[in-house]
Amino acid sequence: MKNKKVLFLIATVFILTILSGCSDDRQTLNVYNWGDYINPEVIDIFEDEFNVKVVYDTFATNEDLYVKIKQGGSSYDVIFPSDYMIERMIREDLLQKIDLNKISNIKNVDEKFMNLDYDPNNEYSVPYMWGTVGIIYNKNLVDRPITKWADLWDEEFKGEIIMLNSQRDSLAVALKKLHYSLNTRDINELEEAKNELIKQKPLVYAYQGDEIKDTIISEDAAIGVVWSGDAVAMMRENENLVYVLPEEGTNLWFDAMVIPKGAKNVDLSHEFINFMLRPEIAAKNAEYIGYSSPIPKAVDLLSDDLRNNEVAYPDFDKLNNTEIFKDPSDILQEYDRIWTEVISSK
Amino acid sequence: MKLSKHGYFYLLWMAIFIAIPLLMVVYFAFTTGDSQNITSFTFSLDNFKRFFTPIYIEVLNKSIQLALVSTIICLLLGYPVAYIISKEKLKYRNVLILLFVIPMWMNFLLRTYAWLTLLGKNGIINYFITKLGFQPLDLLYNDFAVLLGMVYNFLPFMVLPIFSVLTKMDNSLIEASWDLGANKLKTFLKVTLPLSLPGVISGVTMVFIPAVSTFVISSLLGGNKTYLIGNLIEQQFRYTGDWHFGSAMSIILMIFILISMALTSRFDKAKEGEGGELW
Repeated sequence: MKNKKVLFLIATVFILTILSGCSDDRQTLNVYNWGDYINPEVIDIFEDEFNVKVVYDTFATNEDLYVKIKQGGSSYDVIFPSDYMIERMIREDLLQKIDLNKISNIKNVDEKFMNLDYDPNNEYSVPYMWGTVGIIYNKNLVDRPITKWADLWDEEFKGEIIMLNSQRDSLAVALKKLHYSLNTRDINELEEAKNELIKQKPLVYAYQGDEIKDTIISEDAAIGVVWSGDAVAMMRENENLVYVLPEEGTNLWFDAMVIPKGAKNVDLSHEFINFMLRPEIAAKNAEYIGYSSPIPKAVDLLSDDLRNNEVAYPDFDKLNNTEIFKDPSDILQEYDRIWTEVISSK
Repeated sequence: MKLSKHGYFYLLWMAIFIAIPLLMVVYFAFTTGDSQNITSFTFSLDNFKRFFTPIYIEVLNKSIQLALVSTIICLLLGYPVAYIISKEKLKYRNVLILLFVIPMWMNFLLRTYAWLTLLGKNGIINYFITKLGFQPLDLLYNDFAVLLGMVYNFLPFMVLPIFSVLTKMDNSLIEASWDLGANKLKTFLKVTLPLSLPGVISGVTMVFIPAVSTFVISSLLGGNKTYLIGNLIEQQFRYTGDWHFGSAMSIILMIFILISMALTSRFDKAKEGEGGELW
């Protein structure tokens, strides 16, 4: 009999916990964003102002996000994919159209970030942040300035190079070094890039994800491939770091806010997106995370340090040899094979 | 088979959390198609064909080698520790085993991250080495670091079962051995060691299985420079989205683990009925 009592007690506690979760009768907004990609204060402000509850989840890669949305079952109201993933999600009919009439603050967004190839009329997406991929290096630990991707193949830097543990981004580095398009589907070009990466492997200290920040800041390695926003955050921690856009050209990327099909609270999603485009809110986010805001009025509100930082806000006209990723889903198998061959090479 | 009420509950539990997921993995392994669209699946053995090519076999080989080496190191380190602790007085014994378990209260990932600051080029270990006037060592992002991570994380799984068997062992058997004129070494080899084998076997399995399937340790401490089978599986699920190939690799890994367990349990059977039960 004793067992039954215990069981009953557990069941009661369990049910109470579930019920107490419902006692909050405010509307909820489910947001799914990259880790470390918002100023937490902004969520509080939104909750207070609209008297709603925000359930905030994070993901680490576009692919994680994709699987979760495609599987269904999760009802997110606003998500933050990158350019090529938005392209894919639109094609697979996973997103719903955004009613721009409800997004009055869209006028704050700089023209040059609107109507890009991944969503030609901004029917589905509203830009959140943008940036580049480049090389960060520690000027005290290397003898000469680094200017191009090819420098990452220099024997001199053996054991000092950190590459990204990402099939696509590392292949892009090798492709750009060879002056090919990072969206190439030509198998010969991809093979050449693979051979470059295999050739480079003995010089590489590690292939890392987010840990790259710690490794470079603590000077365990001198050179790394990073996203511009991370570079800003790293340079705040270690003043010897320099960020360069390689001569051969690089990847220009955008993260945007979209509403997936199956969102429960579409009106509130629009309110949230509109809210995020307010200059003072966008500025809070940009200042906190270090990534670049597409809203000029927000940029004006940033601290002088950040606003004049050429890493975060480069002269846009100088970015003409950059490329935006296109949806690679048809050749993912090739990427996968190439990457496995690179990693398992001696 | 007659089951009590609780029995049915466990049956349901096992069906939902063990049988169904396993069947899904099998189903995915023997099909191909768009992983997110179940209507597109077609039966195929391609995933297995793809795995049995040199590049993937090499990865499996490497995983098994590293797991074996780390299991052996754990055994060589763990057995003496368990033995020494089990011979302590009761009150010290519990404190000592507690000290062994305390690190496990901390998150496994956190403890692995801690090694990054210890082993790095400017890490704590190299700081002392350079202070003493030696050249800094290359400790991180190689097989050594991966092995170290495995041994460090999985050692308690070797010590605890061996310790458990040793403390439950009937001391009068050892006394009898001494009475009959065997010296300490002989007593250990002929009495203690054989009687503790169930603990050793349990420890070996509990270290080998997580070691052969880990992907976090090789990723953090190995710097992703060599993939283990766990990394390959993770890659299929998280980046490439080919759940079919990932499932096939999981099945292959499962088969290897089953074989190794069958081998060890056969060894166990031979000794059954002789010594202290494990639990």
